[in-house]
Amino acid sequence: MDQIVLQILNGLDKGSAYALIALGLTLIFGTLGVVNFAHGALFMLGAFCAVTLSRILSLSHTILDETKKDFLGNPLKVEVPYVKDWFGEAAGAAIIDWSVPLALLFTVPVMIGIGVIMERGLIKHFYKRPHADQILVTFGLAIVLQEIVKYYFGANQIPMNAPQAFFGSFDFGAMIGMDPGAVIYPYWRIIYFCFAAVLIAGVFAFLQFTTFGMVVRAGMADRETVGLLGINIDRRFTIMFGIAAAVAGLAGVMYTPINPPNYHMGMDFLVISFVVVVVGGMGSLPGAILAGLLLGVLESFASMRQVLEIMPGINQVVIYLAAIIILLTRPRGLMGRKGVMED
Amino acid sequence: MLGLNKKDASLLLMVAALVAFAPILLNPFPEASALAQFNAGYPDLMQRFVIFGIFAVGFNILFGLTGYLSFGHAAFLGAGSYAGVWMMKLLTVNVIPAILISTVVAGLFSILIGFISLRRSGIYFSILTLAFAQMSFALAASVLTPITGGETGLNLALDDPRILEGGNTTGNIPAPNFFGLEMGDSLQLNVAGWLWTFNVGYYLAGVVLIIAFYTAIRIFRSPFGLMLRAIKSNQHRLGFTGLNTRPYMLACFVISGMYAGLAGGLMVAMDPLAGAERMQWTASGEVVLMTILGGIGTLIGPVLGAGLIKYFENIFSKINSNLLHEWFAFLPDGLEDFVVTIIYPFVGKGWHLTLGLMFMGVIIFLPGGLVELGQRIRRVFSKKDANQHTKPAE
Amino acid sequence: MGILEVKDVGKRFGGLQALSDVHLNVMENTCHAIIGPNGAGKSTLLNCLIGKLIPDTGSVMFQGQSVLGRSPFEINQMGISRVFQTPEIFGDLTVMENMLIPILAKRDGAFEMNGWSKLASQKDVNEYAEKMLEDMNLVDKRNMHSASMSRGDKRRLEIAMCLSQDPSLLLLDEPTAGMARADTNNTIDLLKQIKEERDITIAIIEHDMHVVFSLADRITVLAQGTPLVEDTPENIKGHPKVKEAYLGETA
Repeated sequence: MDQIVLQILNGLDKGSAYALIALGLTLIFGTLGVVNFAHGALFMLGAFCAVTLSRILSLSHTILDETKKDFLGNPLKVEVPYVKDWFGEAAGAAIIDWSVPLALLFTVPVMIGIGVIMERGLIKHFYKRPHADQILVTFGLAIVLQEIVKYYFGANQIPMNAPQAFFGSFDFGAMIGMDPGAVIYPYWRIIYFCFAAVLIAGVFAFLQFTTFGMVVRAGMADRETVGLLGINIDRRFTIMFGIAAAVAGLAGVMYTPINPPNYHMGMDFLVISFVVVVVGGMGSLPGAILAGLLLGVLESFASMRQVLEIMPGINQVVIYLAAIIILLTRPRGLMGRKGVMED
Repeated sequence: MLGLNKKDASLLLMVAALVAFAPILLNPFPEASALAQFNAGYPDLMQRFVIFGIFAVGFNILFGLTGYLSFGHAAFLGAGSYAGVWMMKLLTVNVIPAILISTVVAGLFSILIGFISLRRSGIYFSILTLAFAQMSFALAASVLTPITGGETGLNLALDDPRILEGGNTTGNIPAPNFFGLEMGDSLQLNVAGWLWTFNVGYYLAGVVLIIAFYTAIRIFRSPFGLMLRAIKSNQHRLGFTGLNTRPYMLACFVISGMYAGLAGGLMVAMDPLAGAERMQWTASGEVVLMTILGGIGTLIGPVLGAGLIKYFENIFSKINSNLLHEWFAFLPDGLEDFVVTIIYPFVGKGWHLTLGLMFMGVIIFLPGGLVELGQRIRRVFSKKDANQHTKPAE
Repeated sequence: MGILEVKDVGKRFGGLQALSDVHLNVMENTCHAIIGPNGAGKSTLLNCLIGKLIPDTGSVMFQGQSVLGRSPFEINQMGISRVFQTPEIFGDLTVMENMLIPILAKRDGAFEMNGWSKLASQKDVNEYAEKMLEDMNLVDKRNMHSASMSRGDKRRLEIAMCLSQDPSLLLLDEPTAGMARADTNNTIDLLKQIKEERDITIAIIEHDMHVVFSLADRITVLAQGTPLVEDTPENIKGHPKVKEAYLGETA
């Protein structure tokens, strides 16, 4: 029992990362009809927004600290971050400590900007081209973006820390009335899951309850008609692209303490996200979320020792296997609509 | 000639001539000159040119003719490589059985994957092949370690059985050979400062490329090829024309997979080592890049694309900042640093960036790739043809 | 005994009864038109005939065999060729290549690799294709990119492609939709000529009365998913029920 709870929890944080990327992919596909292979790169860019912010915050200058001496008796050189100068010792330290959550604020405008530039500058010209061309040009873009990041940040993983307040784990099992110590779970992962849930709920609420969202949903269903009603659907779709980029970026920011970012993390996540989108049903937002979480949990169950003893290596392939089976038995995915991407 | 029309025959002859004289053509700079590092005429790189040429020609049979974009072709190349190494371990280090078995194994593997993936088309087909390739990669790197050598890869060992050769005799791991001619053997000619290397392995691969290229021409020009192009053009109409497209697609997929296996077999014939990273989907992405850069759906395009990318990978990536400073030393200091700073991200380790940009540029501005570029240039120069109606590239 | 027999066909989409009790008998070597106002179920019926939709009730028999549940290529192999509302041709290929495909498909029907044989050396096939193009006045355009032809030429090519397979039944779905008057008249003449020269049954679904009355031997009027009357063109012309269906007049 405790094993099952633990595996579900383990699956949920990874699954919610899948779900967030897949959500953005589906938004872009549903609204613009574009298959965006650069979406993984947006996730990666988000993660590197966090890296950038934490570097900016740690910018420091050197002063001589008279109170401390090195072993020769000279005053010790100490690096003091500028933020500590400006906000004082305690507040400055707190700001540096909280750089990952702070990066969320920083990432939103940056990612929306990147998304809008991408859509206006490149994707716009590919609406009428075949899907294969869209895949290829965004694939090229993904290579370019990841190489730029590699140039500035190097090829190595960059460790990032969650705020100290969220270090460590807590006893989730005891909270739901199981034996203490049975299900120990790190704080940050549960925060990631909650964050993802809030973000997803936010996107859905935005689409469901605002006029903007209503128009976008109408546009997803029938772009031409909405255009004929005299609504500038293109501009709204551009903004949707920005939002999708921001969602991917935020998912990337929050994922940094779980998995140190490197330049090719986007490609790694991209493949799985596409599988998620297809399993969920191309163009279905709830499908993307559901499939993301399900596949995350499935993967984590397949990594259990008991399962691996029976079927070695299953944890590596279970997602793909599930995708193949679903695609062959339910061609539209779990919640796909009729007529989307069918030839 | 050989059942080809004049145009195709001259294309084939051109490829044959290029292959034959590549060791000379690709070494335009004398050995001692500063530009010698841009020479591509060394065996290792030339082998890669032709092997990836074969891979891309095969990929183009699928993507260029039918428009089905597979992201899983590296899996066939990998499967072929493993099969080739095993053949050399078990039977003989003669490369012929290894190359044959690579092709066959890749063919069988592609029947399996193709049969399932081809139930869907468009983006779903791409995702299915992608999923299969990633699965093969993950399995090859982990569970199948006894067969694939896992992360370290599979290579020859001293105590391999090598049944046909009666096991180990010399105390050294024997080198792959073609009836006694070792793949690594080369004839070096030093002519007035130019160094030309004629390598056995390269010429073996080159002959295979010419045969593969000839086969591709025959497929392109056959009724079978016409049906495949019809699938790309209008599958709906083709159904109502009374043609069951499934067996045609599967045959095409398998042929294309066998080309990939052939390339994999040649790779291990040159260097008997097969690793799982060869199967990763980014490796499949590379062959897509080659085909598109060269010119999709054209005969010669994939070969050009493969050559270009491999040249970039090996030569462009050698340029470092010292070299750049040397080149731009004639500029005033400040300007020199500035120019070097601008160029540096695009060369050396950053050559992938150039590749990505080039690729995007090709898709946006030049969907026909290098071949289209060549046609456009020719059209500019020959005013006579300017008014003629251009035939679609075949 | 008809070549195409539709019995009792009914089809329901959710709450909408699109077709009910459709009986239709297309006699051999005639031209049978199916007409009806918008929403009468013409397209649904056609989709049932070619296996795209499977009706809830009833049967569709072609030369004594059921067509239901078969894929398009099987239906074609039974001897039914279809001309689409917008001409469906292989736009990326030349006119000559377009013409070769149906001939080769008929010859190799199930599957033949013939990957090694050369297209240019298939003498009989090429000659036949050439002859078909000549009949359709398309031979000058044989090396043209087929997508760049006029709509009328595309239609001629499509009909030529269908006829090259010697079908027993030719299904035409609004063959003159979106055409200029001159093109329409050309198409009518072409179809008339085909009817006279060949042993072929034509079933035509059409909107344009001019086309219908110049071609059809028999007409079925469809209204609200059921056949209203079936008769010769002369009798249909003044039929009160038809007027009612089209104009909403009470007779």
